[in-house]
Amino acid sequence: MIPSSFEYFAPTTVAEAVSLLQKYGDDAKILAGGHSLLPAMKLRLSNFGALIDINKIHELRGIHVDGNISIGAMTTYHAIESSDALKATCAILPEAVSLVGDIQVRNRGTLGGSLAHADPAADPPAVMLALDAHVHVTGPGGNRTIAIGDFFTDMLTTSLQPGEIITSITLNPLGAGEGAAYSKFPHPASRYAIVGAAAYVKLEGGKVSACRIGITGAGPKAERQASAEAALIGTDGSAEAIAKAAEHAGENMDVLSDIHAGEDYRRAMIKVYTRRALTAAVERAR
Amino acid sequence: MTAETTLKPRMVGQAIKRREDPQLITGRGNYVDDIKLTGMTHAAILRSPYAHANIKSIDTSKAAAHPGVVAVFTGADMLDINPLPYAWQAAGVPNNANGPRALAHEAVHFVGEGVAVVIAEDRYIARDALDLIEVDYEPLDVVVDAEEATQPGAVQLHENAPNNIVFEWQCGDKAKADDAMAKADMIVKERIINQRLIPTPMETRGCIGHYNGGTDEYTLWMTSQAPHVHKLVLAAFVMGIPEHKIRCIAPNVGGAFGAKIFMYSDYPLVLWASKRIGRPVKYMEDRSENYKQTTHGRDHITDVELGVMKDGKVVGMRVHTYANMGAYLSTASGGIPTTLYGRIITGVYDIPAAHCLVKGVYTNTAMVDAYRGAGRPEASYMIERMMDRAAVELNMDPADIRRKNFIQPDQFPYHNAVGLLPYDSGNYEPALDRALEMAGYANFRQQQAEARKQGKYLGLGISSYVEICGVAPTAWVMSEGWGAGLWESANVKVQLTGKVTVFTGTMPHGQGVETTFAQIVADELGVGYDDVDIKYGDTANTPMGYGTYGSRSLVVGGSAMKKSLDKIKEKAKRIAAHLLEANPADMEFADGKAFVKGSPDRAKTIAEIAAAAAVGANLPPGEEPFLDATSYYDPPNCTFPFGTHICIVEVDPDTGRVDLKRYIAVDDCGPQINPLIVEGQIHGGIAQGLAQAMYERAVYDENGQLISGTLMDYAIPTAAMVPHIETDYTVTPSPANPLGVKGAGEAGTIASAQAVMNAVIDALAPFGVKHMQMPATPENVWKTIHSK
Repeated sequence: MIPSSFEYFAPTTVAEAVSLLQKYGDDAKILAGGHSLLPAMKLRLSNFGALIDINKIHELRGIHVDGNISIGAMTTYHAIESSDALKATCAILPEAVSLVGDIQVRNRGTLGGSLAHADPAADPPAVMLALDAHVHVTGPGGNRTIAIGDFFTDMLTTSLQPGEIITSITLNPLGAGEGAAYSKFPHPASRYAIVGAAAYVKLEGGKVSACRIGITGAGPKAERQASAEAALIGTDGSAEAIAKAAEHAGENMDVLSDIHAGEDYRRAMIKVYTRRALTAAVERAR
Repeated sequence: MTAETTLKPRMVGQAIKRREDPQLITGRGNYVDDIKLTGMTHAAILRSPYAHANIKSIDTSKAAAHPGVVAVFTGADMLDINPLPYAWQAAGVPNNANGPRALAHEAVHFVGEGVAVVIAEDRYIARDALDLIEVDYEPLDVVVDAEEATQPGAVQLHENAPNNIVFEWQCGDKAKADDAMAKADMIVKERIINQRLIPTPMETRGCIGHYNGGTDEYTLWMTSQAPHVHKLVLAAFVMGIPEHKIRCIAPNVGGAFGAKIFMYSDYPLVLWASKRIGRPVKYMEDRSENYKQTTHGRDHITDVELGVMKDGKVVGMRVHTYANMGAYLSTASGGIPTTLYGRIITGVYDIPAAHCLVKGVYTNTAMVDAYRGAGRPEASYMIERMMDRAAVELNMDPADIRRKNFIQPDQFPYHNAVGLLPYDSGNYEPALDRALEMAGYANFRQQQAEARKQGKYLGLGISSYVEICGVAPTAWVMSEGWGAGLWESANVKVQLTGKVTVFTGTMPHGQGVETTFAQIVADELGVGYDDVDIKYGDTANTPMGYGTYGSRSLVVGGSAMKKSLDKIKEKAKRIAAHLLEANPADMEFADGKAFVKGSPDRAKTIAEIAAAAAVGANLPPGEEPFLDATSYYDPPNCTFPFGTHICIVEVDPDTGRVDLKRYIAVDDCGPQINPLIVEGQIHGGIAQGLAQAMYERAVYDENGQLISGTLMDYAIPTAAMVPHIETDYTVTPSPANPLGVKGAGEAGTIASAQAVMNAVIDALAPFGVKHMQMPATPENVWKTIHSK
């Protein structure tokens, strides 16, 4: 629990942070909330020569709801879970982040930090997939936007390029006929998801016209559930239709097995929690 | 009676808040890691990544050359420190003992065993330098399961322990048990696994060793439940230091649950190193080290058979247990799965014939020793699970089968069939009745049937328990293999100004002894509660005592204090008689005054007497000055607290998730000095016991790696994971001590795991489930449902 020594930087602008990242290369790491990075460093699972603390970059914080939703990368879970604007336009997000870790974690942990770390059991990735979010980044080559579907590439791995920093995440507010919900089976010790299911549905003329499901916790990365989504689209969103669609959840997906939950159990829970999330999402859409 | 004395409220029995808490919860405690000595260095220990390996070579040269490193030592440097002693053996049988060394020499036997130590100017340098030590290991085969370790072909850990057997110990009458089983209407069998747990005190273990070259004295600040025992063992067995040249000091200790009773390698290591380098040496475990190398608890594999008659009467019991002892034997490890387990397997029931065989086994895992309850939770879990198991086979109500077999009030003192000291006192049925009443048992089965129709799986579990507390008497524990005494001591001083200081040989670390002892003193001497101070923890100024564990501080230590208080009152009467020119035989002591019988106005207050005694100018002929007394108390028997706990759960069959809906505890720990502290002990104990049933599980993989090695993997319940606990009490005094108390520290833990598991298994009855192993994690419950 004693980390190796490192240099510490606290830039106040994104440009400054990007230039530090360029200077130190692979030996540098961005410090956001620190709740994943610092334990790894204390256990010496990760060693970095330079930590670039971006907590002092104020432009990275804040929630703006104005036609669409923009959330600064350094916005804490606490700020998200207590945002009235988000509760009104995208209730799934404050609800989901209220299930992250404990109060101390939520006071420090950030949405951008979670996405960049891409922990396979974190809650936000599933929700972002269900909401079809966009991740805005700044790097040596300027700004670019990454669709969330292209963002998570493998366990703890994203499509962020060297020197890039997430600056914000954008989402569409949920309107009439749309509903989304997150259903989570937490590990009792870590509070990470053993299985977490985020579901979005859109009802038009009594039929499901759109559906997105994001699963976290079960596999090496958070993933959409294409066959379950397809199975629900076009149905009336009834309990039977949901149950049938949920049976497809986990198809074509690598599923982890560890001392907390074996593969069989996780596969079964993907279906149960998908069903529960879809049921709540449809209820909200009606 | 004066107005002053009538206004003084009686303190014993008051639910006052703990006087210990304000300083601890405002960050003003003083723990080992808060202590900083001039010139102090910091130790970091290189720990084996292999569960079993020969050490071919160790190169410490790079670490020694690292800037800021003071010294690097290996096991080869410390061969003058003896292996740590095994102080509680399984009694009456050979024990193939192997104790750990200060650092491993030539071979390692579990992951986390110390191999080398770096001593440096700060903790960070010491840790960095560990990475510079090069060790060439030759990995060997590994065994982590106690039953597998005894099988042919299993790798052998120690030359003196064929088949990895430490001991084979038995109690009860095998022939009689076999005969009873043969005559039983039915034999109910089960394999019951009591999984390994990690004690997880909030404060990890640590120590500071300081050798004073001027006086040739050693001082050890340590996280200890028993500083006098640590001093004795270090002096007499481990280091050969003359006992008067070593002093152990336990400051605030942040929880222990048994794990801080024992001798650990780092204690002699820091003393030895301090002498070598001429500076104090501090070592504090981090949490990862605590999980790997401080003792674990439980880890039994048991095959049990109950012989029952059709009417529910249990006539016989046979038990065969593999007790995993770990890679070496910890200080008290032999007594836990033998005396404190085997001798109470029959629980609260009058089972006429029983036999228990326990095999202690070495494996490539951390040492196993006492953990809250220590042997008794394993026994209580087993018998209470089996009573339910038998009730299911007989289609009998689980409350009725318990009632049918309870030891009856007129059978006390009760001698059980497995050779325990006589149970002191008990009355089991009222506690069961009260718990059933609180649970609404009369209506529960109907509610359960209706809920099942709606696809809701409710279950109710009953646990009627008895435990062995106030662990003593010395002659008995020595006959049971413990290598020393278990009496306690207290010195009580009434100062010149009437303030009272008590020096106890116990070592409280969360039990609230400062509060409860002061309550007793206030009543006994008639002084203000705030005028009493309780001191402990420093072997230089407290009388010899064996420490705090086994729910014994109040039972044994408090009784020693009571004896001292009685002596003080006698001396006070003699001095008061002299001052009042009265006949000493006519004196009485009450309400803080010694007075002449029948003439309460002819009185001296304890403060007046203390002043006269301390000045010493006007004392009875031959009377020594100063009002103080020291007593040692060795009780005639243990105490046997008991009670019934009930848990109600609902199981979600889709996920296997168990919802703890209600938890009811009716306990009898005898008269209560402080009901608030008793309540706190019951709550904490239940939290730990239900954690075993629901969450906790130490897991080693086949290579001996502890894969539940962090608090992200090993689930300690938070307050939100523990249900509201509904409590009530019955009061049956113990005849075994002058306070009549029975002890409450372990009851909750001993009672609770089986209440939860019996409830879960009751909920799963529609799926044909009769038993499942702990913990009832959602996955385990789901698999149990789906395997039927």
